[in-house]
Amino acid sequence: MRIPGVGKAGEIAEEGLAGLEHNFITSNVEELVNWARMRSCWPATFGLACCAFEMMAAGAAHYDLARYGMEVFRASPRQADLMIVAGRVSQKMAPVLRQVYDQMMEPKWVISMGVCASSGGMFNNYAIVQGIDQVVPVDVYAPGCPPGPETLMHAILTLHEKIKTGELLKRRQVSGSGETASGAGIMVQQRDGQTAGLTIRS
Amino acid sequence: MPELLEGVRYGVLASEVSSQVVLFVTAEEYFEAATAARNDGFDCLIDLTAVDYLSYPGARARPASVDCQRFEVVVQLINHRTRERLGLRVQVPADEPVAPSLFDLWPGSENLEREVFDMFGIEFAGHPDMSRVLMPEDWVGHPLRKDYSVGEIPVQFSPQSEPR
Amino acid sequence: MSAERVMRRGGDSAVLRLSEAEANRIGADAADPDDDERVMLNMGPAHPSTHGVLRLMLELEGETVLRSKPVVGYLHTGMEKQGENLTYLQGCTNVTRMDYASPLFSELAFSLTTEKLLGVEVPERATWIRMLMCELNRISSHLLFLATNGIDLGAVSMMIYGWREREEVLRFFEKVTGLRMNHNYIRVGGVAADLPDGWRDDLRELLDLIGPRLDEYDVLMTGQPIWRERLQGVGAINADEALALSATGPLLRSTGYAWDLRRDDPYLAYDEVDFDVIVGTYGDCYDRYAIRLNEIRESMKIVEQVIEKMPGGDYRLQDKKITPPPRARIDESMEALIHHFKIFTEGFKVPRGEAYCAVESPRGELGVYIVSDGTGTPYRMRVRPPSFINIQTLPHLMSGGLIADGVAIISSVDPVLGEVDR
Ligand code: SF4
Repeated sequence: MRIPGVGKAGEIAEEGLAGLEHNFITSNVEELVNWARMRSCWPATFGLACCAFEMMAAGAAHYDLARYGMEVFRASPRQADLMIVAGRVSQKMAPVLRQVYDQMMEPKWVISMGVCASSGGMFNNYAIVQGIDQVVPVDVYAPGCPPGPETLMHAILTLHEKIKTGELLKRRQVSGSGETASGAGIMVQQRDGQTAGLTIRS
Repeated sequence: MPELLEGVRYGVLASEVSSQVVLFVTAEEYFEAATAARNDGFDCLIDLTAVDYLSYPGARARPASVDCQRFEVVVQLINHRTRERLGLRVQVPADEPVAPSLFDLWPGSENLEREVFDMFGIEFAGHPDMSRVLMPEDWVGHPLRKDYSVGEIPVQFSPQSEPR
Repeated sequence: MSAERVMRRGGDSAVLRLSEAEANRIGADAADPDDDERVMLNMGPAHPSTHGVLRLMLELEGETVLRSKPVVGYLHTGMEKQGENLTYLQGCTNVTRMDYASPLFSELAFSLTTEKLLGVEVPERATWIRMLMCELNRISSHLLFLATNGIDLGAVSMMIYGWREREEVLRFFEKVTGLRMNHNYIRVGGVAADLPDGWRDDLRELLDLIGPRLDEYDVLMTGQPIWRERLQGVGAINADEALALSATGPLLRSTGYAWDLRRDDPYLAYDEVDFDVIVGTYGDCYDRYAIRLNEIRESMKIVEQVIEKMPGGDYRLQDKKITPPPRARIDESMEALIHHFKIFTEGFKVPRGEAYCAVESPRGELGVYIVSDGTGTPYRMRVRPPSFINIQTLPHLMSGGLIADGVAIISSVDPVLGEVDR
């Protein structure tokens, strides 16, 4: 074993855990920051429907999200990094969703939990937004109706992986949506020929 | 059988519909009949909703003297003492969708009547707050009407990109 | 009659009848000193203690709530409209997503109504399985209430305990139905699958586990002075008011009014099992808490009796027009395959008519009203939503209390927003 800059191990006295090799980490700032972000990714409570129960179940004793440093569900979007949209988003809720998203601090991530949030699911009708990617940009989709806590955890771990590699932020810069994060830029409009529309501010 | 029904002071009585005792009343008799029912011990309004019969095929199973209209307001009362249920039905025409409100008898009708207003566009005269309850305030149209489409977005199936 | 109290209109009422635009103007007039006293506070729809997406507009004087208005619809899913486009077989899939804390009850109400229209009778075993599953669902739903009620009042450990026990019930559900929630298990004509082998042992284990845990809750909460202080006398309502506001379920029973459809309008086989209807005395939050806690015990009693009495036989109707043929038959018989295919693509036709059936869900009377026009889909499908009607009591329960009590009150009414908004 060779300790950088010191010479062969054994030429100096063994220092145990106090030794140099245990007390230096070489890294670059970016990796360090990504690591920190990944390890304390606090979700905002944005439970909407059935999926919210599975989200809470994931946070409770049996599944214990605390293992990933994620048990602190923040009620205030200002303190949260991750929005787990758990459930169906109605036309009436869509502006609220967008507002909560806007209130979150950068960097922020979104997990779309369940088929309803991802695509409208089995409710393809006038009331439900057909996929929250029309309103906010989504990083990870968790499939299922409801996705069990295991699926949610898988989604979270996938997100962690993406945060760690920094891939997500890079991608946003490339697509130029980093600051504005406008989602797919699609306006939610009332359909079937009715005139009044609900336009989402972007 | 509750007292109210013995002489059928109001409307037409039918018991085959909905396997329940149902009283068909006109819009004028509606409030009075409901008051009488309440005085007879029907102490709780359990449900109030409406049906839009616009596209119902064929004739409806209604007593002959009932003048069928597009909307029918469906009220269900319950008498907790005798454990009986009583239905009230009012026909509401399409061109003037107004019915009297039952708020003064059972304030529990508040949300239910607002919902019917929201979903069917039937107004309840005398209701303290006739506004939308489920849809956004500026929504246009009444979703549960039969001429309002479900509003589906066609699901796109992406074609297989390359033959394997 | 004290129901008069809840009927007041206009400025006298506990209900705030304002549109959003009007509410925005209140307190905005700097010149008016009277206006200064009142503050309009908006709570929700993304608020942790409103159980999902309930929003409340509160008129406050200091910390006292004067009038309030629950604003709902943030989860409106158009299920009643959707139900008109789904076959009767798919209908259960739709309604089960309504009240997601107790999905089996919606399925049950829907199936009962459809069966009434069809004029069929399900086998005895199916009835008992339905009853068993519903009572277990009542347990899990009430456990959920205890958990959320705990966390709303700051008893975070209760939240952990409640979820822990609920997991145990869900494990049994998963074993039987394949899903933790939104089961689509109770279907028209019976249930989707028979109980798995060893279900009796599983249930006995479950009951042995939950019983002592309930006693722990008693130690943790029921007798605890802080818990009592927070709940006793808060949000009181009397029977006349509750009836006037069409309240049902634990909310009505907390006023001392014993009304439980299981006893008073028995469906399934509830007249063959022995249980008590739990009532309160004061109609306050504490009574509602105690009722639910004890209803878990009653449900456990019913489950025990079902374990003893479960009849043999078929778990679903063997009517080729309504239920799919058994799996084994499909491999042997062309006809069975065709029936299977037809049922899952076209569904079955239901005779013209209308029917209403109600069940006692953990939140109150859950009824389904179906008008059929003789085709394979309902002409109109209406659900009588207990929470939607029960939340009408919120302004009356909250008026004159503090905001902090408001949180306790919302939680004690236990609304499930999916079913409020449908
Ligand atoms: S995906 Fe399924 S479980 Fe989740 S909100 Fe939608 S219906 Fe409910």
